[in-house]
Amino acid sequence: MRFGVVVFPGSNCEQDVVHAANHLGFETSYIWHGDTDLGHVDAVILPGGFSYGDYIRCGAVARFSPIMAEVVRFAERGGPVMGICNGFQILTEAHLLPGALLRNSGLKFICHGQPLRVERSACEWLDLPEGAVVDIPVNHNEGNYYCDAETLARLQAGGQIVLRYCEPDGSRAAAGNAPNGAVDDIAGICNERGNVFGLMPHPERAVDPLTGTTDGAPFFTAIAKRLAEVAG
Amino acid sequence: MRADLSPELAPRLAEELGLKPAEYEHVVEILGRTPTVTELYMYSLMWSEHCSYKHSRKALRMFPTEGPAVLQGPGENAGVISVGEGWAVAFKMESHNHPSAIEPYQGAATGVGGIIRDIFTMGARPIAILDSLRFGTLDKPRQRYLFEGAVAGIGGYGNCLGVPTVGGEVYFEDAYEGNCLINAMAIGLMREEDLMRAVAAGPGNLLVLIGSTTGRDGIGGASVLASQEFDEKAEEKRPSVQVGDPFTEKLLIEACLELLEGDLLVALGDLGAAGLTSSASEMASRGGVGLEIDVTLVPQREDAMRPFEIMVSESQERMLAVVTPELLGEVQDVCERWGLPATVIGQVTDTGRFVIREGDEVVGDMPAATLAHDAPIYDPVAERPAYLDELQAFDPLTELDHPDDAEMLTATLFDLLASANICSRRWIWEQYDHQVMQGTVVLPGSDAAVLRIGLPGRGEVTDRGIAASSDCNGRYVYLDPYVGAQIAVAEAARNVACSGGRPAAITDCLNFGSPEKPEVFWTFREAIRGMADACRAWEVPVISGNVSFYNESFGQPIYPTPTVGLVGILDDVSKHTTLAFKDAGDVVVLLGETAAELGGSEYLRVAFDTVAGAPPRVDLEHEAALREVLLTAIDEGLLRSAHDCAEGGLAVALAESCVAGGIGADVHLSPDDAGLPPVAALFAETQGRAVVTVAESGVDRLFEIALAHGVPFAVVGTVGGDSLRIEGCVDAEVGAMREVFEGALAAQVHPEETFASEELREG
Repeated sequence: MRFGVVVFPGSNCEQDVVHAANHLGFETSYIWHGDTDLGHVDAVILPGGFSYGDYIRCGAVARFSPIMAEVVRFAERGGPVMGICNGFQILTEAHLLPGALLRNSGLKFICHGQPLRVERSACEWLDLPEGAVVDIPVNHNEGNYYCDAETLARLQAGGQIVLRYCEPDGSRAAAGNAPNGAVDDIAGICNERGNVFGLMPHPERAVDPLTGTTDGAPFFTAIAKRLAEVAG
Repeated sequence: MRADLSPELAPRLAEELGLKPAEYEHVVEILGRTPTVTELYMYSLMWSEHCSYKHSRKALRMFPTEGPAVLQGPGENAGVISVGEGWAVAFKMESHNHPSAIEPYQGAATGVGGIIRDIFTMGARPIAILDSLRFGTLDKPRQRYLFEGAVAGIGGYGNCLGVPTVGGEVYFEDAYEGNCLINAMAIGLMREEDLMRAVAAGPGNLLVLIGSTTGRDGIGGASVLASQEFDEKAEEKRPSVQVGDPFTEKLLIEACLELLEGDLLVALGDLGAAGLTSSASEMASRGGVGLEIDVTLVPQREDAMRPFEIMVSESQERMLAVVTPELLGEVQDVCERWGLPATVIGQVTDTGRFVIREGDEVVGDMPAATLAHDAPIYDPVAERPAYLDELQAFDPLTELDHPDDAEMLTATLFDLLASANICSRRWIWEQYDHQVMQGTVVLPGSDAAVLRIGLPGRGEVTDRGIAASSDCNGRYVYLDPYVGAQIAVAEAARNVACSGGRPAAITDCLNFGSPEKPEVFWTFREAIRGMADACRAWEVPVISGNVSFYNESFGQPIYPTPTVGLVGILDDVSKHTTLAFKDAGDVVVLLGETAAELGGSEYLRVAFDTVAGAPPRVDLEHEAALREVLLTAIDEGLLRSAHDCAEGGLAVALAESCVAGGIGADVHLSPDDAGLPPVAALFAETQGRAVVTVAESGVDRLFEIALAHGVPFAVVGTVGGDSLRIEGCVDAEVGAMREVFEGALAAQVHPEETFASEELREG
């Protein structure tokens, strides 16, 4: 199993993603944004960071990087793609996922551990049961997921909402639990097919017990297991 | 040679640029003629206090700077120590006070950018940022603006770089109202063999400018801003503040580390204060060579820039490399891949002269070493401040009426937990990415940050670690500069030891008023003497640092603030310890003894709005012994938690450990403390103490260790329950303490909208 991790100018979590995947026993390779070939990889991860400084709008420039045409083709063929944080922003800019990520409602960058509720979804990247709670850090300034009512209804009906911000026990407060103002407490969504997954929290920061929880491990292992089954 | 200044006009320009008449005469003597405009600008900046250390250099010689672990002491862009198994860390702290007082976001952001460049210039990958901040009190709107802006600037820059901001400290005191302090410390990691020095060598080698274009921003930053105090014209200095571009800095880090890894450079230096002038002249003087630069080759972002503007511009995110002609192509390829211009702007010569050309015309021609080395060295007059006797004679115990019943003492504890100088810094650190790079083992909020040594992204992970803390209570230094400065070192060392790190070396940022005032200079010298004595006694050398003078506004100096940034080493990072109480039944032990020392305490300020009295004493031998007890006990796996007693005293230390652990404790004051009035037992800030917890089975062993090192030991209670109960004095629910402790800072920054985030969430 080999994860390809795309490096844009300004990416800064690519090494963390590689470390997490290696820590869990998987192979990895870096994919330079200027390349036009993904190489031999089984799944692609767009890591967090500030691609191109996020100066125009998060992910707005990165989506035009040469490699993104390949990522889109890979995704359209059913290849698994996960975008974490800035990667999620890039996936929405590239229209691989609906909606957009706006500035946090509190107008401040946030970095803290965050309970997340796993929803029943079509997402190929997770095999945790519905209602499971994972504790994974968020780290962003623009994580306020937004989409129009029609899109939201489609996401809800199609099992495309993968993760929601929640209370530590998995319940949802009446006032909402999103630390960033996200609509319907959405922390992560997938496309209809379930192979493209975007999330604001950083599962790569939650695999090594020395530096945090290990709740992020399934975000790497589930897709590997699924691909092995398909291949097997 | 372009003679663009008449002998009559030159001294007037010199004065305007901050050169003293004698200094101007010295320039004329060196050159043997009237200087050009370019030369005058270059000398005025290089001989400014900020660049030349002309008032501080002699006093700084008191610091011990050598030790077995030191690979690079002061004098380079950053100091470097070995941390074992072939790994080394580079670290340094630097001030960006005046720019931040004018434009907090950009001032703080570029402060981070500058210190990060100092680190990767040495060949180290930046792995951590710590920030030491000082503002006026938050009841003033402008102070809230400065504080919020500085925090946002640090976050905006550091977060984008992908370098975690893992620690620091902040105090709010009236003394900093007109002149806030922004001290940024960065730590970098490298293999010992990759240590790089900024020494130009090899006549014929090329000078290559890498990174951003050059504009008029920050002209005179070091002289106009950093080396003068503030007055009513402060706002006019806004154009001297630089603007940061963290994205370009991120590219610079990656490109420069790739160039160094590929062994493609002869030397590398960053462009900080005084821009190209200082970086080039320092590299030349270290290498004993000459340089020639053609300013028309420098990529410019503005039209019609004059040679002096190009030479002293402080445009950010630029590096100067020395490259052999054969490797130029490879260097430019690497830079191009990262989208960075790399332009040849001149070359190394064997003349020993620093020649500036504008095309064919020479606009400056100076002996290169004189810029960096011939600044006059002053021996300023020192005089003990008159205020000291009066303030030190104040006896808080007898001259004030202190509470002694449990209700009032409990209320005082809550007041202290809500004090901006004590309450949780969560509001700050949650705006910083403190986890990127997967190395942060102990998150902000404990005594010290603990980081794993290794570059996980390259598959290099070790079991070793470092602990880092920055500290300085300026109030203590104000009340007794010698003792107060020792406390700064002692507290940083205690914080690191409580986390499991053995103190290895320090960096410092010495923030003071004008050295030309005898009382300020006396204070400066005493503070250095205090730090130096402590560092020598504990064999903790000073490996880098920065002096920031002229921190005054309208003639009023700040509290003298010699900030200490200390790095310690953990042989096994898994043995780190935090301040949080762990399990019910754990035994609470006080190491060290409380004395009736209330002078300079936060209690006095909170309860009586008083800053007076002698600060707590420091016993150098006892501090070292206490650290040995902590480190031995941590190494043996005995300690469940460890927390240094600092501002707010024993009661606040206990409260913080309760809140962090989400569990209460039953405490009775130890027999030795029984003779103290309750306020002293609870709130005295006596040095040399730590609150630790240990499983019941480990108490005897801990007692043995303490006895062996002669450190007073007292079992004072047991962890458990939902409240902190201190017999006869305090009864406080942990939940209530948390609410106050965690919410106080946000409430003071946004007094009108305490629950803003909840409302926004609902909306």
